[in-house]
Parts: sequence; C-alpha cells; structure tokens
Amino acid sequence: MSARTDLRESARDLLAADAAKIAAVMLGIYVTYLLVGLILGYSANGMINTLQRLTFLVAIYAMVVLALNLHWGYTGLFNIGVAGFMAVGLYTMAMLAKPVEPTGGAQYPGLGLPVPIAILGGVLAAALVGFVVALPALRLRADYFAIVTIAFAEIVRLLYTASPFQEFTIFGYTMGTGGGRGILFNFQDPVVTIYRLPIFEGPVTFVNQYVEFGPADAQGVIYVGLLVVVLAGYYLLLKRTGESPFGRVLKAIREDEEATNALGKNTNAFKIKSFMLGCALMGLVGILWQFRRAGITPDAFRPHVTFYIWIALIIGGAGSNTGSILGAGIFTAGLFEGPQYLRRIIQSQISVGQPPGTFADAVGPMFALNFQPITSYLFNNMLTLQFVFMGVVLVWLMQNRPDGLLGYRTETAAAVPLGKRSDEVSETVHRADEPSETVSGTDGTSETASREDEVSDQ
Amino acid sequence: MSETVPREDEATAESERAGDDADAVLRIEDLHKNFGGITAVDGATFGVERGSMTGLIGPNGAGKSTVFNLVTGIHDPDSGSVWFQDEEITGLRPYEVANRGLVRTFQIARELANLTVMENLMLPAKAQSGEALWRSVLPGFRRQVVEEERELRERVWETLEFFEIQHLADEKASNLSGGQRKLLELSRALMLDPTMLLLDEPFAGVNPTLEKKLLEHVQQLNDEGRTFLIVEHDMDLIMNNCEHIIVMHQGQVLTEGTPADIKANEEVIEAYLGSPWPISNDTCRSISPPWSSWNDWENCSESCWP
Ligand SMILES: Nc1ncnc2c1ncn2[C@@H]1O[C@H](COP(=O)(O)OP(=O)(O)OP(=O)(O)O)[C@@H](O)[C@H]1O
Ligand SMILES: [Mg+2]
Repeated sequence: MSARTDLRESARDLLAADAAKIAAVMLGIYVTYLLVGLILGYSANGMINTLQRLTFLVAIYAMVVLALNLHWGYTGLFNIGVAGFMAVGLYTMAMLAKPVEPTGGAQYPGLGLPVPIAILGGVLAAALVGFVVALPALRLRADYFAIVTIAFAEIVRLLYTASPFQEFTIFGYTMGTGGGRGILFNFQDPVVTIYRLPIFEGPVTFVNQYVEFGPADAQGVIYVGLLVVVLAGYYLLLKRTGESPFGRVLKAIREDEEATNALGKNTNAFKIKSFMLGCALMGLVGILWQFRRAGITPDAFRPHVTFYIWIALIIGGAGSNTGSILGAGIFTAGLFEGPQYLRRIIQSQISVGQPPGTFADAVGPMFALNFQPITSYLFNNMLTLQFVFMGVVLVWLMQNRPDGLLGYRTETAAAVPLGKRSDEVSETVHRADEPSETVSGTDGTSETASREDEVSDQ
Repeated sequence: MSETVPREDEATAESERAGDDADAVLRIEDLHKNFGGITAVDGATFGVERGSMTGLIGPNGAGKSTVFNLVTGIHDPDSGSVWFQDEEITGLRPYEVANRGLVRTFQIARELANLTVMENLMLPAKAQSGEALWRSVLPGFRRQVVEEERELRERVWETLEFFEIQHLADEKASNLSGGQRKLLELSRALMLDPTMLLLDEPFAGVNPTLEKKLLEHVQQLNDEGRTFLIVEHDMDLIMNNCEHIIVMHQGQVLTEGTPADIKANEEVIEAYLGSPWPISNDTCRSISPPWSSWNDWENCSESCWP
C-alpha cells in the first residue's frame, strides 16, 4: 500500500531544493569543461571521454564522501583510514571473483565466484573489518580513534602488498593478493554483458551515425551511468539514515556522547552500526573505483586518497549529504582535474617557454622582474603544485568557511518536518506562492492553521 | 501489590529511621569513589522515598554531583551499591539506568548544541522503532517510522507547551540562554517519562520568575507521582519545597530529616559555617551579625550567597 507513495515522496524530496543545487553545480562544471574542450579543440569523442572521466570521478568521490560524512559528519567518528576500507572491499571482491584455474599470464587463482556475489562479499568484508577496527577503538577519544584507523589502513595496504600473501592456501582454497605485483581482473566483466543487452543495440548504432563510438567507449558510458544510479542510491540511503530516529541518535553522539547515553541510548551500538555501514559503503566504492581497470595496482590505496576524500568533505561541509556531493563535484572538477586542464589551456594559448631546471633558476630572475622563468616553471610542475594548492584551499576553508563552501546547512534529524506542529503547515509555507486552493484544502490544514494562530497570538 | 501494603505501614512506623525507609525508590549503600588522591564520596548511604521531593544539599565539593554520577552509571563506584525500585543497578551503563526510569540532568547543562530544541526533545523518547536502521531506510517500513515521528512530534509540542517554550522549537540549542538550556534539559529528561528525576542545580542561573514557574512544574510533576531528588544551593527554595532533606559533607551523609530538623541541627550549621561554602566564615561575619541560628543564615542568604 505504502511503498509507492513512499517512493513518490522520496522522489519529490530529491527534486526539491537540494537536488536543484546539485544539478546547478554539476551543470556549471559540465559547461566549463565543454568550453575547455572547445578551446583545446577536442573532437566529439574526446569531449565525451573528458566528460565521462569527470562524471566517473565525481560519482566515485561523491559516494565515498557520503560514506565518510556518515562517519564524521553524523557520528563524529574521525576515520582517516578510508583508503584501507576501500582496499578491503576491492581485494576481497577480486580474490573471490578470480577463476579457480589461473589462465595464461593471469597469475593467481581465486575462488571463482560470480561477480555480483564477489562484490557483495567485498562489501561485507569491509563492514566486518570495520567492526573489528571499531570494537576496541570505541572507547577512545576522536583523535585516538583517528590514529587507530590510519594505522589500520596502512597495515591493510602493507599486508596486501606483502609477499607471504602473494599466493596462499587456506582450507584447501588457493588464492592470492598478488603482493607488490597486484592482481589482474581476469573475470567476466558484467558491464560487457550489460552492453550486449538488446536495448543498447539501437542507441549504439544511432550514436555511431554521428560520432565514432566503439564498444569500449559505449561500455564506459554505460558504466558511468550505472555509477550515477548507485550514487543516487547512496544519497537516498544516507538521507533517510540522517532523517530518522537512528540518524538523530548519531547526531546526538557527535554532539555529546555521554549525555546521549544518559538519555537512554546505547551509544556504542549506534556507533558500531554507523561505522560498519560507512565501511561497507566505502568498500563498495573501492570496488566501483577500480572495477573497470585491468587489475589492482597496490599503490592505489596510499593514504593521500583518504586525504583527498577529506578535502572534498570539508569543501562540502561535514554533516550535510547534499554538501558531500557538491564538495565531491567541486573538489574533482576544481582541484583534482582542474589544474591539468588549466595548464593545457594556457599552454595552448600562450607559449610559456622552456622551463628552468631548478627552483632557484626559476626564482632568481624574479628579482630582475623577469617572471617568465617562474611562470613556465610553475606550469611545468602543475601536478606537484596541485598539492600545495589543495593545502592552501584547505587552510582557507578552515578559517573562513568551517561549515563548508555552502555555509551552515540544517538537515533535520527527523523523519517529519519539525519546524511546525504538523506537516501540513510546513507545506503551506512551502507552497505559499501557489494559488490558495491548495492551502485551504483538508480539515487537517484548517485545524493546524488555527493552531498556528494560537501560537502567534501568545 | 499485596506485599507493598504492610511495607508501607512499616515505612510510616519507621519513618524516623533515616535512609532506611522500606519504600525507598532509590537507595544507595556505603558508596565510595576516589579520583586519584581525592575522595569524592566516602561511604554515603541514603534512601529517597517514593513520590517524594527530596533535597540534597551540602557545601561545594561535598560529593553531590559525584553521587549523581555514581547512581546514573556515568562513573562506577569503587565500592557500595545502588538500588532502584528494588533492583540493584550498581555499575549499569547510563543508558540502562535511564531506561529503567531513573533520569538525571547535569549541573552544567548538556544541550546537544547543533541540534534544534525539537531534535533535542525528540531524541530521548523510548521505543522508537526508527532507531533500528533498517526500519528507517526500507521503503515499506519507513511509513510506520514517519507515523511514529508525527506522534512523537505532538508529544514534544505538548512538553514544549508545558514549559512554555514553543517559540524556541526551531532554535539551535547553542543559541539558547543559560536559563533556557536548563529548561531544555529538564523538558528533555521528561521525554523519557521517568519514574524518578535527579536534578543537579536545576535553578542555577534561572531568573526568579522563571524559577517560580519551573518550581510549579516540578511540583505538578511531583503530584503526578514522580520522585525528585534535587541538588540546590538556594536554601529557601529547598526548605520551602522539599519534604525531606539530605545533607552531605565531605563525601558522607552528615544528617537528614525534615526542613525543620535540618534548620535546628547544630551540626549542619557548624559544617556549613566551617566550610568555604557559600563564602568564607569571616566574609559572612563581616557582612552580617555573627551567626547563631539558622534564621541568621536565611536572612543573610540574600546578601552573601552567590
Ligand atoms: N571527574 C572527576 N575527576 C576528578 N575529581 C573529581 C571528579 N568529579 C568530582 N571530583 C572531585 O570530587 C569532589 C566532589 O565533587 P562534586 O562535584 O561531587 O561536588 P558537589 O557536591 O557536586 O559540589 P558543587 O556544589 O560545587 O557542585 C571534588 O573535590 C571534585 O574535585
Ligand atoms: Mg555539583
């Protein structure tokens, strides 16, 4: 009876102001990148690839930032081991999915499970590991908790790259992490299966009439489309989590755990659940992030990944789900991908000349008011400077916008609007600009309207 | 039920016996607590009669707040035991104590700063099915959660009305004044529908008009049958409103009895006068004539009590 109205309600929620904000920012980002593509003279294909890569990164970051927001923004759990949980998800998935018989150069055997089950396994493994990490760390203060998580992440990464686990046999099953060499994904890619579905035949031929668009390109687009759907799922899940009695307890724990406990809430249980859910979501992101590559490169899960995610969270403002997505978008388009494109544009427009070999050679001429060497030096080292730039942005944000670029946002921790005594009244407020017949409809509205009067009379 | 009748008789017969009434809803026995070198509670023993309004007084550092912390599971006692409604609750976690109907407020208000007043009050309500994550998230079940939330919102509004703070409903708790935070704490504690409330200086920093109102509310709740144990430094307030008073000093119960008993007790006067509370003996003497009786205390209270 209720499921459909329920879904319709959530759809309406999504389309409300928050979704509009996300859409506006993403539109701005796309338009900017299209302009960049035009300036750089990209072909249609190149343009699609650029936007596809951008969407891919934004979706991945948005998902993992949403998960981190559950930990830090909602529950106050200072998790700086995000990369570790992502690694657990991905490695577990790969080890479960790889065929039992290694073929050709595809090195180590796995358990040969179907990919969807392997993905589920990876997600569950990340949640379980989250449980194991959280259990002893629950009593710790936020800063010690942070140390535990980052230590865990490094231990995980080192274990996965350690040679004893390159290939091992347990309970008669042989599998391996590949050690420092990583793992090849020599299992059937479900995206290819999806691509072969009849419904995609038409669109693919259609698009190919205008631009050259091979199967790999099409699969890439399909995959990114899937990611956006999963992202919407993340958003809905975490929005509901936040707007519920469960989320209310999490927020209360963030504010004052002891007081929350004294108000009858088993705070440890809530913290564990929140942490495990976040870890599971991070594990899935780890899988989705690397899934379409040829295999796992062990270096992918170094700690800087975690810090990127944190920067995105801080940009968007911890505690806000909408902010998490916006932060991911702005971080990816502006800080992560932006500098490279900026560099390409500038180089395509003006000649910055041969960069000097050392920093001293670049700085020296500045005193003679010759800025050419420093400029070309900076351009040449844009990728390194990116880190400096991120640091500057972070410091600026902390000092000037501690609640994120959008400023303070309220996302009410309840399943119903709280500002007024009934839903109807708040809807009246929402629709104030609409014709009045919607307002004076049912008995409920008139009753609540009079209640409102009473309150304002006092 | 049949058992409680003779017990009540017994209780009235023995009501003189301090800290040992059979109808004590809360009983602490020989509680000890050390913090490093400091003995905060040193063998405190007392009972609080069911349905009563009991005062807990004593100089600063007497161990009153620590007793609250030990009773509500914030700290574990080094030794001794706590009984609530004939069940031992020593060493239980705070949430377990709260869910048994024994709820406390904190001396320094612990509002959940970044939550609104409404959210603060929605939080503690018991038996919220939406506290199970899956019910809050899964489509079919969320309906029911939303329904419950509506009912809860109505209850919260009633509580806000009871305390006449509806206008603060949508305010962030961190924007409230000190006195308003005290109100918030008390109303939030009530959302648990407690059998007994431990209030740690609920009127500190509350203006006289509001204090009077708040007291009326407390009286009303007391009439409903809720038991109160109140820590308070305002002697007039305690003397006029509590039927029973427990005096703590240096971690122990110095004496207890009716307000009249306490006023007449030389030991109490001695203990207070000899203590740095509320201000030093000399300062007090310099302001008012030498202390000789409780009346002098009361007369002085306006001018020299902080
Ligand atoms: N968490 C703690 N750590 C260390 N010492 C503590 C702690 N809590 C209380 N104490 C010490 O225990 C003693 C009793 O403190 P308590 O807060 O119980 O006094 P009180 O009777 O509530 O005083 P007040 O009237 O000032 O609130 C004090 O000496 C205090 O310093
Ligand atoms: Mg105290």
